[in-house]
Amino acid sequence: MTLAAPRDGYGSALLKLAKNPKVVVLEADLGKSTKSCWFRKEHPERTFCVGISEQNMVLVAAGLASSGYIPFASTFAIFSERAFEQMRNGVCRPELNVHLCGSHGGMHTGEDGSSAQSVEDLAIFRSLPNMTVIHPADDLSAEELTIQLSEYPSPSYMRTTRNKVPRLYEDKIEELKIGKGVVHKKGDDVVIFACGIMVARSLEAAEKLSEEGIHATVIDMHTIKPLDEELVIAKAKLCGCAVTVEDHSVIGGLGGAISECLISKHPIPIENVGVKDKYGQSGKPEELMELMGLTVDDIIKCAKKSIKRRS
Amino acid sequence: MITNMGPGTNNNPNQKNSLEVAKKCREHILRMTSWANSGHPGGSLSAIDMLVCLYVERMQVQAEMPRWEDRDRFIMSKGHASPGMYAILREMEFINDDDVRNFRQLGGVCQGHVDSKWAPGVDFSAGSLGMGLSFGIGCALAARMEKSLRTIFVMLGDGEIQEGQVWEAAMSASNFNLDNLKVFLDNNGIQNDDFCDNQMLMGNIEAKWKAFGWETKTIDGHCHDEIKKSITWLDSIKGKPAIVIAKTVKGKGVSFMENNPAFHGAAANPEQLEQALKEIYG
Ligand SMILES: Cc1ncc(C[n+]2csc(CCOP(=O)(O)OP(=O)(O)O)c2C)c(N)n1
Ligand SMILES: [Mg+2]
Repeated sequence: MTLAAPRDGYGSALLKLAKNPKVVVLEADLGKSTKSCWFRKEHPERTFCVGISEQNMVLVAAGLASSGYIPFASTFAIFSERAFEQMRNGVCRPELNVHLCGSHGGMHTGEDGSSAQSVEDLAIFRSLPNMTVIHPADDLSAEELTIQLSEYPSPSYMRTTRNKVPRLYEDKIEELKIGKGVVHKKGDDVVIFACGIMVARSLEAAEKLSEEGIHATVIDMHTIKPLDEELVIAKAKLCGCAVTVEDHSVIGGLGGAISECLISKHPIPIENVGVKDKYGQSGKPEELMELMGLTVDDIIKCAKKSIKRRS
Repeated sequence: MITNMGPGTNNNPNQKNSLEVAKKCREHILRMTSWANSGHPGGSLSAIDMLVCLYVERMQVQAEMPRWEDRDRFIMSKGHASPGMYAILREMEFINDDDVRNFRQLGGVCQGHVDSKWAPGVDFSAGSLGMGLSFGIGCALAARMEKSLRTIFVMLGDGEIQEGQVWEAAMSASNFNLDNLKVFLDNNGIQNDDFCDNQMLMGNIEAKWKAFGWETKTIDGHCHDEIKKSITWLDSIKGKPAIVIAKTVKGKGVSFMENNPAFHGAAANPEQLEQALKEIYG
């Protein structure tokens, strides 16, 4: 299985998008990390480095969007949060199609410690009207979804990640569409909704479950907003119990979105794998995943618990 | 697309006397806040002379085509001065008397804070202080990429510049050598709760902008002659951003509002309105 870093998909997408002269790139001294540096190198005249000023960057992007450009701005996921109110008041409210990318999201960021481990970005940005929130599972889907964003009629927040993870979209790229979940495995005992780096882990969990005769559906919910409610409800009806899996707080992210949808449209038992309302610390990514309950075993446990609650 | 011909080519069909327009605008400001029994007259009255001179004599905008791509931009960053903005937009015929009458009312285009989704002629959705200069930078970069001659004007409040983002933007504008970005600072010495000096000692404001790489000029922000000369001066600055620091009086034109922090966000009652209008036209 090929391993690759999701953030690289963002960088390569920008390069592919460069043929559209309206695409511009903004960075705040983290272009080397988010991979917008690849675009900067090829197209310096369309790349605006604003120094370490995330709030400023978001409104500069808004001004460019209001003048007919398609701005892609990036920083670390955690520092995109500093510009939350700018995204709310300066971007989403006036519906300016600024695309903000936060890389290095989640506990998986590891050694840098809790100040760098954003586990609330999906929640806060999901709360904004007019917003699209995306968290791709691998580099190929990050690339494809970034390309789709350039023609998507809404502002967006995309979370990418730094560490290499298994490629899942080698021959599934054409199934990707903003706002539509992708089914990676079929089964009718339990449905696992996952996003980001947790999709690969969920598939691993599903493999192990099937060895025990438990058949899980695994869906990559790369778009957290707008939520693919049709698919969520259909799979909830099929399986009757669910697990949500994310490297993000259990408050307000994918788990929140799925729960909000199903509680009113088709209530079923739901278990949430995610960070349980706490901060991380320094450590190797895998050590943190263990500490925070984000392992394949945690997914398996939650799947069984969900199935048990159904019966 | 019609091309913006740049400074000195303002061709508003109804070239009006700026002093007369300013009086009419002051009346609009006082009436609309009074009708709504809310809103921000003080900072609208301090800013209005600059707005009038810009719109009447300098800016290239078209009421019948408010979204004309190559128009000059006016970014009212201190978005609570919306009555001032709506007053000049009314006089320039972007909006009508009904719109003004419905200031702050449900469904009205004249929202409490200027909003580009609601009112024609509003280029920036404000209300949260400190964001407009960055937005102006984005507009200015766009204009430069397109080799357009359009100019981006931004108005800031003196309380507003306490926001850190303003200084991120100030640094960026000179980093990008944006000489199509022109700023007016409404230096009325008052913010929301009190006089600026009682809230935050800002020291030498002009020196701060200079230190950030800007060309600066201080003027009397109510003298139309000085304002018009400062616009010509702004247009003459090349290679860097420029700011006019306009010494103004909050509530200018109405004795009981002048230099009175109480009228930052409070409207005249009916009797006060009557007296205020007498003073404006007296
Ligand atoms: C970020 C933010 N904080 C606080 C406010 C509330 N507020 C509205 S107006 C104002 C004072 C503004 O003072 P100044 O910029 O000097 O405006 P002016 O005197 O021209 O009215 C404040 C604090 C706001 N609108 N935005
Ligand atoms: Mg003031």
